[in-house]
Amino acid sequence: MAAPGRKESPSKPDSPAALPKPTVSAVEMGARQREISVSEFFTKNRHLLGFDNPRKALLTCVKEAVDNALDACEEAGILPDVVVKLEAVANGSNGTTPPPASQASRFRITITDNGPGIVRQQIPPIFAKLLYGSKFHRLRMSRGQQGIGISAAGMYGQLTTGKPVQIISRTSARAPAHYFEVQIDTKKNEPMILEKKQIDWESPRGTQVTLEVEGRYQKGRASVDEYVEQTIIANPHVKLTYLTPEGETKEFRRTYDQLPAAPREIKPHPYGIELGMLLKMLQDTKSHWLSGFLAGDFSRVSPRLAEDICKAAGLSPRARPRDVHGQAAENLYKGIQATKIMAPPTNCLSPIGEQAILAGLYQQIKGDFYTAVSRPPAVYRGNPFVIEAGLAYGKGPEQAQERQARKEIPLAEGEVAENDSELARVIRYANRVPLLYQQSACVCYKAVLDTTWRNYGVAQSRGAVPSGPMVIFVHMASVWVPFTSESKEAIAEYDEIRKEITLALRECGRRLGAFLRRRERAHSEFRRRNIFELYIEEVVESCNRLKSGKLAVAKLRDQLQKMAMKRTGGEKTDELLGQNGGGPEGLPHSIIVTPEGVEGAVPAAIDAAPVVAASPNGGPAATAARPARRAGKTKGRAKSKRAARKRG
Amino acid sequence: MAQKARTATAVEKKLIGVADVVIHAAERRKDPTLTIPIRSLSNVTFNDRKGLIEMGKRKQARSFFNVGMAKKFMQTVLVADALCELQRANLTTSLREIYYRSKHTIKNSHENTLDTQDESDPLIEDLEVSLEALREELHVRAENAGSIVGPLVLVDDGDRVDCARLGKGGYSVPSIVEPEYLQIRQCTADFLLLVEKGTQWNRLSEDKFWRRYNCVLLTGNGQPPRGVRRLARRLHEEKRLPVYVLVDNDPWGYYIYSVIKQGSINLAFESQRMAIPKAKFVGLSSADPEAYELPRNVGIKLNDKDVARAKELLGYTWFQKKSWQAEIKRMLSSGLKYELDALANKDFQFLTKKYLPRKLKEQDWLD
Repeated sequence: MAAPGRKESPSKPDSPAALPKPTVSAVEMGARQREISVSEFFTKNRHLLGFDNPRKALLTCVKEAVDNALDACEEAGILPDVVVKLEAVANGSNGTTPPPASQASRFRITITDNGPGIVRQQIPPIFAKLLYGSKFHRLRMSRGQQGIGISAAGMYGQLTTGKPVQIISRTSARAPAHYFEVQIDTKKNEPMILEKKQIDWESPRGTQVTLEVEGRYQKGRASVDEYVEQTIIANPHVKLTYLTPEGETKEFRRTYDQLPAAPREIKPHPYGIELGMLLKMLQDTKSHWLSGFLAGDFSRVSPRLAEDICKAAGLSPRARPRDVHGQAAENLYKGIQATKIMAPPTNCLSPIGEQAILAGLYQQIKGDFYTAVSRPPAVYRGNPFVIEAGLAYGKGPEQAQERQARKEIPLAEGEVAENDSELARVIRYANRVPLLYQQSACVCYKAVLDTTWRNYGVAQSRGAVPSGPMVIFVHMASVWVPFTSESKEAIAEYDEIRKEITLALRECGRRLGAFLRRRERAHSEFRRRNIFELYIEEVVESCNRLKSGKLAVAKLRDQLQKMAMKRTGGEKTDELLGQNGGGPEGLPHSIIVTPEGVEGAVPAAIDAAPVVAASPNGGPAATAARPARRAGKTKGRAKSKRAARKRG
Repeated sequence: MAQKARTATAVEKKLIGVADVVIHAAERRKDPTLTIPIRSLSNVTFNDRKGLIEMGKRKQARSFFNVGMAKKFMQTVLVADALCELQRANLTTSLREIYYRSKHTIKNSHENTLDTQDESDPLIEDLEVSLEALREELHVRAENAGSIVGPLVLVDDGDRVDCARLGKGGYSVPSIVEPEYLQIRQCTADFLLLVEKGTQWNRLSEDKFWRRYNCVLLTGNGQPPRGVRRLARRLHEEKRLPVYVLVDNDPWGYYIYSVIKQGSINLAFESQRMAIPKAKFVGLSSADPEAYELPRNVGIKLNDKDVARAKELLGYTWFQKKSWQAEIKRMLSSGLKYELDALANKDFQFLTKKYLPRKLKEQDWLD
């Protein structure tokens, strides 16, 4: 790899000021100054795009290709069906048989989707021209933003293996499939077509991209495997097949058959605008009147509201926008802040939705309790965004039983029952894309640290994530996600964003707390009963020994047991215990898993046999109702269930 | 021997009584409940006339059908069982062995009857108090944690022990020193000096301090165990030896002295036979550093715990004498504590040659 960012200028900042004669003249310097092509820049600074090391590079390539595939499918209204295939490739010099995946240094990545396909003319620039794309100029929510991703991945492949990007695309069953091999001309940032032809392709529609890159395959944190799993959690409407380099095939079924609502483009919202931005917009507007400018260039500002703002700012609604500057502009800015304006439209955003998050978490993570919260939209710097949080807690009924089995051996002194000292895992998403690197720089992670989990019955040491078998899910959906760098690894910290995340996490925490308290109550009730039964035996035997074995053991035991039964409420407790899993009443958008069954809105697996038996009380399969209505429905159901129990 | 056998059966009967409590309660469909005198500061009173800490009348009920107490109740019965077994076999044992004897896994569960010794120790004390049986009578002994040397002849298990002929090491005080086990044959000493730390006891023994001043030297290595306290009390009572106590100058030293003199809060019921109300405190007093010109730099700064403990002592009824209040307050205001070892700063033999002789000559002690 080329030395990153070598300094162009020879002048040293620390050289003494008084040099007799400049060593290089301005003319000479001028001769050296020339344009740098974007591609050249990124060749030298590939770490900015997430290609710092072979392992991360492999992940970035997969990620960019999958992001593009999903964006295309969703925009075209097609339920995505994606195949990710990784193959270890022999390194040209040493033979033809590919080494095992863990030792391989070259991989072929093939991503196939069932999307709309790409028209023939657009294929070369999309895959071999940086900063070319459909998403940059719109204020609209999508995975990709700048049009760098896939072409950068192609360039990385070209740089490390010399192999071109291969593309097959077909727009419909009637159209022919096109095959392209393209490379990027790094100086001109223009595509070079090495080969193009029409071929026969088995898919009626879709795109397939094949990249050959230098990489390293290693499982664990921030691996391709983790990326795939996390993608499925946030995108339960996707069917994904993952062919690992080790030859395994992992099928991720679709658990949610509704495409996310198509997001729309919007205008900025007045609350999020800064003064400088407002001044720029005042200059650039096509409106002739101030009120027209306000109503026309912002979302959620009606002509009447525009007049109200003008009044509050002490400006004439008829003023020319271009004439509003200095103090007047400042007044206008204050006027905007002082006026009550509706929250920005949310149809520009497409949150995952509580049901879908639940479906994703439930399918991918084993646990006892799941919940999800979608916050109402909020705004930062004029960009509406939605925060969604989810939580999966516990180890699942299977593991709980395993643990029970392990406890058979009585403990020695000083030995402590295995404590769950594992820390919670935070999984972060921006516009449905999992963020795998730079966790601690991300506002999501900081908000998790800020939340006082101890209030909800979860242990947490100072300045750490809560401990316990727990996965915390945080998703930010926005028309413009403020990343800390181009490689899109962490979300920048804005107070508004942090506040929303905190609120969502708190709600999750409250529900978790309610669940834990309830479980604890059932548990202690059970224990209360058990205690007496266990200890009676000990007491009776000790008494017998004290009495030199001359005691009517059975009689004493019987007497004590009768009393125990009476005191713990006898059969009444049985009933109470039977109820311990009593459904997620009062806990909206939650699933509770107990060894006896599953309760709550369990997603039905859609295209295959169900993963887990459906809920015993026939929890309705996730239907895509609007969030508001859904909440109401859940409450209603809980109420009717309670009523049913009373009758029974 | 006959007397010994009789008391043993008495204790055994008391232990069997624990089982009877359970059986009778079960007969009458009542919750089996043991009443145990409370062993805490709130249930002790200082008897000014006798100079003893005495246990009050307040009791706690430990009942079986109570979730919070069920396990403790079960453990108490178990420990009673183990103690009874000891009586029948006529053996003595340690607290730790009682713990191991009573420990097992409860049937049909993964729970242990006892998890640590900290659980069984207080139960033994509970039984001592509620059955009014001494620990020695329960055949439970502690470590031999004390040493004695001086013009004294003891008989232990029929062996004659002349404490004047045991070299520097002296005789190791057993945990049970009741007349049945240990007899004081002869004692010609004028007084008894009880030293907190082994180091100073060794110094005095090595320097044959006891020979020059005709005294008995006794140490308990820290808070003196029962055997040491009981032996001191017997020497005081039977041989009329005045008892002097030499401890560190810190709150813990003061408390050791008070335990020897008035008895402890936890074992207030045993004050009657342990406490020596006439014991005197020779040092280290908070006035000594000045009187004996100890440099300030051999002091140790009082930490928060020390200060808190000292303030507690100030509140105890048995520390209300003016001289004692002044003593403790002087330490608090100086902010320093002094170890006995600090005397070595002047001279290795400062304790034997200067400090104690002067103390005894000036009769400089606190009561």
